[in-house]
Amino acid sequence: MSTATELKQLYQKSKKRKILAILSLFLALLLAVVVSVSLGAGSPGFAEATQVIFSKFFPFLNINPGPRLTQTIILDFRLPRIVLALIAGAGLAASGATMQGVLRNPLVSSHILGISSAAGFGAALAIVLGVGVLGGFGGYLVIVNAFLFSLLAMVIVYGIARIRGITTETVILAGVAISFLFSALISLLQYLAPEHDALHAIVFWLMGGLSAATWDGILIVFPIVVLTVALMVQQSWNINVLSMGEEVATSLGVSSKRVLTITMVLETLATASIIAFTGVIGFVCLISPHVARMLIGSDHRFLIPCSSLIGACLLLCSDTVGRLVIQPVELPVGIVTSLLGVPFFIYILASKRRQNWR
Amino acid sequence: MALKLTVNKLSFKYDGTQVLKDVDMEVKLGEMLSIVGPNGSGKSTLLKCINRILKTQQNTVLIDGEDTNKLNLKELSRIMGYVPQSSTNTFPFTVFDIVLMGRKPYIHWSLSERDTEIVAEMMDYIGIGELAMRHYNEISGGEQQKVIIARALAQQPQFLLLDEPTSSLDIKHQLEILCILKSLAKTKHCSVIVAMHDLNLASRFSDRMLMLKQGSIFTVGTPDAVLTEENIESVYGIKTQVTNSVLGSPQVTPLISEFNGIRPLKTPPKVETIDRRA
Repeated sequence: MSTATELKQLYQKSKKRKILAILSLFLALLLAVVVSVSLGAGSPGFAEATQVIFSKFFPFLNINPGPRLTQTIILDFRLPRIVLALIAGAGLAASGATMQGVLRNPLVSSHILGISSAAGFGAALAIVLGVGVLGGFGGYLVIVNAFLFSLLAMVIVYGIARIRGITTETVILAGVAISFLFSALISLLQYLAPEHDALHAIVFWLMGGLSAATWDGILIVFPIVVLTVALMVQQSWNINVLSMGEEVATSLGVSSKRVLTITMVLETLATASIIAFTGVIGFVCLISPHVARMLIGSDHRFLIPCSSLIGACLLLCSDTVGRLVIQPVELPVGIVTSLLGVPFFIYILASKRRQNWR
Repeated sequence: MALKLTVNKLSFKYDGTQVLKDVDMEVKLGEMLSIVGPNGSGKSTLLKCINRILKTQQNTVLIDGEDTNKLNLKELSRIMGYVPQSSTNTFPFTVFDIVLMGRKPYIHWSLSERDTEIVAEMMDYIGIGELAMRHYNEISGGEQQKVIIARALAQQPQFLLLDEPTSSLDIKHQLEILCILKSLAKTKHCSVIVAMHDLNLASRFSDRMLMLKQGSIFTVGTPDAVLTEENIESVYGIKTQVTNSVLGSPQVTPLISEFNGIRPLKTPPKVETIDRRA
């Protein structure tokens, strides 16, 4: 029988292993960024790409920025797209990990809670009618509308769930109902869409993509995602405790209603702000937490950061493949994520001896 | 150090149905009290009311004369630990992670050295050290129950509440767990309040027993006083014979007879036989 001191050491060791895993993921992500920057149409190679980036962000080094065309390709197109992929992947995956943990359900994603379809409806409404909740807003009409409708969905889900008392079951059921409602409304708009262009635009938006990435958009999404993910990590202990059930959480001094409400708001803000800019990208937030759990277990202090890194990696790799595979045509990232992610996921599912869900 | 838990005229309604009515009880430091009674008599509800998982009126649950409704959940969770009937977990947590959750009432964000130390000590004490890095969902039911008890002890509670902790365990695990509870009480580490079904185990390990009938206290006292043939008949509606066990505690043997309404030989209804080869 191991003594208390040995047990303590055993735990410290397992903790170190988790931190090491997270660090290696971070390095892998950096590598992916470097590779992605130097690949693509009209391609400046790795050396030129680094040259441009260093001259832009470290002007005091006095590096020659290189030809103007290269600069434009790297700084205005490729880099914002990569950065948005990282932010979106990380934010969606962290939200997925948080909500799966809080709702004790491995199938939860932004689809199931109605956020995606509400955002889709908001966008479709803006595309078809050219009007948004806040009236004209220039190019931001679709984005603002998608964001506001996601928030609206969360408020409705929360309101419905409150009728029977906020529990994991009521939230999930209300979410599923609202999700179906907005999906039906999207179909209705598609059916009634007056012109072919609008229909095409809706379908394109619903597939999700990163090609519209701009630095302006990133400046809005980045702070929101960083803040909400940080606050999700801060809730880690509460989420851990809640995963043993609501009664146990109460007996450990944690109010499940409070934690559910807080995490729902965080998740919606993060997901809504991302989806508004990228369109519906669903798979990342479902799958990344599972991959992370297989790697480092379910302690949310480590799970949420680990899941974010995996999400960022997955989305970036998928988008890079989508950019390159049948040039000059680009595949939307939503499609590539599933095409690449599913076989990858099945592979780890089959290769892992441990039973993770029972 | 809290010394005394008092329950004062506790009543509880669940969707309009009266589940508990005017329950008065008292538990002193170092005491092991078992709550017995038929299914639906309110044992679990009573434990949940004491632990404020279910909300009660003011001034019904008091610790050293102070109303627990005035404490917040976190403060209360440092005084009381709760072990539910069964605990499942959807996601893969290690045993150590689960026991660590018992430190939640004391941690903000970072774990102190002392926190991991307490967890390790409790696991060692309960005898689940070998399981530390196993996944909770992969160990046996008896082992799981020990893990949950270790978690409750990591809360460093003065009152430990358990809801039928031994109901689904084999006889060895039943004895092991009750021995742990008994030693916790005897060494005045904490008081133990345990809802139980098995009258013989309850009689052997408890200092006092509380018998519930339809949400009210039928009788309370030492096992000898509570476990009489008359009490059992009026609460459970069955005839029994109470003898002294080899250890001196009262031993209940249920009698099967026509009088109890439990017919030993009841012929099952006739069903036509089906030729399965057809």
